[in-house]
Amino acid sequence: MIEFRDVSKRYGADLAVEHFSLQIPARKVTVLVGSSGSGKTTLLRMINRMVDPTSGVVEIDGVDVQTVAAVALRRSIGYVMQSSGLLPHRRVVDNIATVPRLNGTATPAARERALHLMDVVGLDRSFARRFPAELSGGQQQRVGVARALAVDPNILLMDEPFGAVDPIVRSDLQQEVLRIQRETETTIVFVTHDIDEAFLLGDQVVILGTGGHIVQQGTPEEILAHPADDFVASFVGSDRGKRRLTVSTRAGQGDDRVLVDAGGYPVGVIAAPGGKLSIADASPRSRSISNKTDQAGDA
Amino acid sequence: MLWLWNNLGLVLGLTADHARLCGIPILVGFAASIPLGWLASRSGAARGILLTGFGILYTIPSLALFVVLPVILGTKILDETNVVVALTIYAIAMMLRGTIDAFGSVSGDVLESASAQGFSSVSRFWTVQFPLAGPVLLANLRVVAVSTVSLLSVASLIGSGGLGYLFTNGYQQYFIDEIVIGIVFTVLLALVFDTVLVIAGRILMPWNRRKLVGTAALRTPQRNWVGA
Repeated sequence: MIEFRDVSKRYGADLAVEHFSLQIPARKVTVLVGSSGSGKTTLLRMINRMVDPTSGVVEIDGVDVQTVAAVALRRSIGYVMQSSGLLPHRRVVDNIATVPRLNGTATPAARERALHLMDVVGLDRSFARRFPAELSGGQQQRVGVARALAVDPNILLMDEPFGAVDPIVRSDLQQEVLRIQRETETTIVFVTHDIDEAFLLGDQVVILGTGGHIVQQGTPEEILAHPADDFVASFVGSDRGKRRLTVSTRAGQGDDRVLVDAGGYPVGVIAAPGGKLSIADASPRSRSISNKTDQAGDA
Repeated sequence: MLWLWNNLGLVLGLTADHARLCGIPILVGFAASIPLGWLASRSGAARGILLTGFGILYTIPSLALFVVLPVILGTKILDETNVVVALTIYAIAMMLRGTIDAFGSVSGDVLESASAQGFSSVSRFWTVQFPLAGPVLLANLRVVAVSTVSLLSVASLIGSGGLGYLFTNGYQQYFIDEIVIGIVFTVLLALVFDTVLVIAGRILMPWNRRKLVGTAALRTPQRNWVGA
């Protein structure tokens, strides 16, 4: 478990985060979502001491991170950022092997592990000897994720990792993250400004206002069903009727019926066998829709 | 050409001297500009002091510096150490600004990401920032190498100018062929230095060359590769 206790961060006269407290459960995905200026990236970086709080405590499993050497702490925590941040002068396989090599693993063993991780993130091993500049944006992000997984971290920090890739590739990568999280049970802290991405990935979603002020936290279902205030309603799109769906009279394939939002725009379909709507509760296990490992889409 | 044939031993000897007298300042200047450039790229005050200091040193005419250095270093006036030290000072002065720019040219995202992976600041400098500054450092070094080769000739006036001897001697005897041969060999030596640097850059920075040729390397991906 990661815990923030009354954390503030000040840059000169600017207050980036003020009196922030949050518990992030282990082996779940917690998404911090907010606009720019909400301090979400600052908060994420406090976990691996890229940023040290001005006041307050950040604990991992009861240990104050300030008592752990920053370099050792960072090597034990996976980190993925928007621009993949890969080392341009190292081949893909060596990029993935970076942290094990820093920890003193012999090169052949580290590369063997790196090749295995390429399988895990759905990258063909034929990319191993390429340099990052020879990959597409989506492929680079896969390498970034593989690199973050290289030391089998208990915690994975992801800072808008898919913000710069196109929607189809992003959707593939999101499904990969869900699959990998299910398989490894890693604690993921994910930062995004995209509420749809937050609802897709998050077991727990934390909506931040300015200065790291928590406007609402809960499961995607809870937030959709009971937006705390107008800010949340507008953030999730409820105020524009984007989330309020109606079954239209138009039939889709087979028993499917088309759903429209309050503006009358078609947004999806729902199965209605024999005219009755199917009912299910949202659960993390039902979130992964497809399980594609074919990365042809990002080329 | 006949003169060259008859004096081939002299010309080749002077060329070797020239290469040695230039090689040391180029290498020492490069090595010295790295810590200085690193310091200047981190602190504005250090940057100002270093750039101004070496800027002033660079404005001292070379001949004056050759004459003043023996007083400071306690060497003899004709000692070639004077020339090597003077050229090293010029090499650092020429290289410093480029070195600062080279370190500054490395993407902040890459450096930040390297820190986030757990590179210590020392290993981040040597294994990430320094190699990535390589292309700009190399471009800079090539200019300095060629300039140093040409600058050394002046030192023939105090007896350690390598091929510059052919200029002073040819001038004294009104013998144009000797001067032309001096020029040709100086240019050839500069070309050799430059070629060596370019080849070294290709070998040391394969990622940089790959980027320039684009996708040529993509056509023959090797499978299941694990190096030793």
